[in-house]
Amino acid sequence: MRWTKSFFGKRPHRWALAAVAAAAASLSGISQAPSAPPAPPGHTPQPAPPPPAPRFVVVLDASHGGDDTGGRLGDEQEKAFTLALSVRLRSLLGARGIQVITTRESDTNLDANRRAEIANHANAQACLSLHASETGSGIHLFASSLAPAASNRFSAWKTAQAAWVTRSLALAGVVNSVLLHADLPVSLGRTTLATIDSMTCPAIALEVSPTRGPGNAITADLDDPGYQARVAGALAAALLEWKTEVHQP
Amino acid sequence: MIARHQSILFTVLLAASVGMGVALWNQLEHAHQRLLAGEDSAPTKAPDVAPAEQATLLVANDNDNSLITETQSLPLPQDAESRARVILGKLLDLYAATESTHPVSGGAGSVAQVFLLPAPGPDSGPGGPKPAESKSGGANGPQLAVVNLTGSFAASHPSGIEVETLTVQSICATLHANLPRVTEVRFLVDGQPRATLAGHADLTRTYLAADAVPVAGAHP
Repeated sequence: MRWTKSFFGKRPHRWALAAVAAAAASLSGISQAPSAPPAPPGHTPQPAPPPPAPRFVVVLDASHGGDDTGGRLGDEQEKAFTLALSVRLRSLLGARGIQVITTRESDTNLDANRRAEIANHANAQACLSLHASETGSGIHLFASSLAPAASNRFSAWKTAQAAWVTRSLALAGVVNSVLLHADLPVSLGRTTLATIDSMTCPAIALEVSPTRGPGNAITADLDDPGYQARVAGALAAALLEWKTEVHQP
Repeated sequence: MIARHQSILFTVLLAASVGMGVALWNQLEHAHQRLLAGEDSAPTKAPDVAPAEQATLLVANDNDNSLITETQSLPLPQDAESRARVILGKLLDLYAATESTHPVSGGAGSVAQVFLLPAPGPDSGPGGPKPAESKSGGANGPQLAVVNLTGSFAASHPSGIEVETLTVQSICATLHANLPRVTEVRFLVDGQPRATLAGHADLTRTYLAADAVPVAGAHP
């Protein structure tokens, strides 16, 4: 008792009360921060800054590149077409205030795993794998053929998309709707593509083909600048539409 | 005046020449006869042709990204693996034909082999029973079809997500439609695993055959 009196002074109960109050404050999250200085007389308080806009990131994956030339599109190679579409789409989305991450900006080799790694690190709200082909007609949209699965803390790399398939199908639905609205022929399907099967984001593969009329005659070819602009514009509008859906409460 | 011994030598040589000519002529005739006899040993009787049966083919259509059911009547062997190969050969013959809705060159010869194995069940993990011991390996259990395609088929296949996916799906769906025990399909090219068919469709994974069969009125 003598020791306590010498340490806490003559009124140890006051020390005890102060300690209890400090503990209670720390538990309730109240800090002992100095209070804000009072506003000077005649100064109206500033309104609180608006909350930061919700993050919306799009990953554009221009397929193939480097030694992997992809399919042959007349005089052009698929790798060059997809890179040009990626660059054009990035500009359109950037002009609409959408943050874009691309997997490649030049004619470089990238394997499917590296593409998926870039997409997964971006924590994106939409991932588009861009392709082109001379077969078929119009735009072919594909979601992964993996069966939907519940999200787990750990998932297999080759089937990581399974937890996102439902969202990917929703994204494909929105893109399909906007492309149809832009008078572009669209077909929807499921596929097994190593790149999107490993992505942990709403992901679709998009294959651009010439549009065809009766008798399989080409009405708009892949090297038609007007067709390319229509496709890119419609895709930008679709991603803007998807952004509004993602941010709806 | 010719000496007597020279006349005798000339006569003997002449006789030997004529004899050798006759012998060679006979040898030639014998060789020709042996050749004809060899041809005779080839099968002269036509092989037994299996009776024609109905086979269901799921034919790809590039124009609308769909599989269309088509019934063909063709002679089918009784052995399941040969049967699968003949049916897939017919499917690829349709793709190689002019005016095909899914033009892919190669034809029936593009399917090197089809192997049917007991499908590994869900309990066939590292600690589970081996396929031969599991119930799925029974006489009526599900089967895994391993389709070995030729390298020339893969090399000449058009590149594109839609066209490659349709080829894979039509093969899986056709196998399942004619051999319902085939539930899973894997692909090899020239006997080796291959990453993609022509740059897109993943050939390293096991395909569930039933997933490829289109629901009536729906696209795959």
